[in-house]
Amino acid sequence: MIANYGYKDGAGDWFLSIDTDKCAGCGEKPCVNSCPEQVLEAITDDYDDEVVAVREAHRKKLRYSCNPCPRMEGKLPCQQVCPADAIVRSW
Amino acid sequence: MALAREPQRKEYWRWTEYNWRNPDLDWRRAKTITAGVDVGSVSSQAVIMCDGELYAFANMRTGSDSPTSAQRAMDWAMENTGMTLKDVHFTVGTGYGRVNVPFANKAITEIACHARGGNFMYGPTVRTILDMGGQDCKAIHCDEKGKVTSFLMNDKCAAGTGRGMEVFADLLGVSIEDVGELSLQVAEEPEPVSSTCVVFAKTEATGLLRAGWPREKVLAAYCSAMAHRVVSLLERNGVEPDFAITGGIAKNVGVVSRIEKELGIKALKPRYDTQLAGAIGAALFGKALVEKGRR
Repeated sequence: MIANYGYKDGAGDWFLSIDTDKCAGCGEKPCVNSCPEQVLEAITDDYDDEVVAVREAHRKKLRYSCNPCPRMEGKLPCQQVCPADAIVRSW
Repeated sequence: MALAREPQRKEYWRWTEYNWRNPDLDWRRAKTITAGVDVGSVSSQAVIMCDGELYAFANMRTGSDSPTSAQRAMDWAMENTGMTLKDVHFTVGTGYGRVNVPFANKAITEIACHARGGNFMYGPTVRTILDMGGQDCKAIHCDEKGKVTSFLMNDKCAAGTGRGMEVFADLLGVSIEDVGELSLQVAEEPEPVSSTCVVFAKTEATGLLRAGWPREKVLAAYCSAMAHRVVSLLERNGVEPDFAITGGIAKNVGVVSRIEKELGIKALKPRYDTQLAGAIGAALFGKALVEKGRR
């Protein structure tokens, strides 16, 4: 499942998309601790898969939670550490 | 002395609350009885299913207190059936207030429930479900089993939601049930209102009325702005046929026909009340969980 968290507003599209099929196979979930803002959390989804999701509190303010985050080679820290390339950002 | 004034208040936004029971089914013969309770931000539905068949439901407005709304919807669905909560094998809560359903055995997100419910209501060919709810809007893709393959949600802004339509019904003094039909009675499609925000769209509409626009033209401008807004949300994920719309706005032909026109595809004709999708999905999840437990 592609879980799109975020929103669209006058300033653009602010979505983090998580491919849960790729994410479920990863035991470590290093992205959760890599995030300086604690945007991500590990949850058990409706189909009993262990996956990562964007915390409720951040879903409506991703532009402010994620956009200032430093990037390396165009990737956010969570994207860099993800072994499965499961996190895509829209901006 | 206070001046005598005729009370002229009418709640144009108020939609019909009702309950229903399948007269051909006897729940006492059913092997598995499950319930789905969808407590939304605006409306609440309780659905009771016997062996995967729709037995009874109630559809009503959510009050200020989610647990009470859930209880009232469930009581209303069970009214005159002789059934009590003890007879229900499994109850799944869903929707915005899903954790506030006191008698639920499990809470499942409305996204998964809408996909499952959409699969039941429109058949296994449905791939894209657009849920236009009271205070949010969701675009869901699912497979032939009703499992979610991708989703997208907009609950940051009230543009394109049922509540926005209620505000317009009140402003124009048109019953919410008639808004869709009336918005189609224009000779020529007007420019959509430019504000996506409900509050500013209302201000804009007041201006249009002052400029002499008839009500149907203002409604047409709002319905088309709403359709446009939702289509731009759908574009992110793409629309794969078959396409279906659930939620309260699916009953508004003015919005639905404009979405169809903009997308260039027809939405499937609903066979059930479109507001029930989440609760039906929840009851079906309950059935699967009961059967899994018996195996």
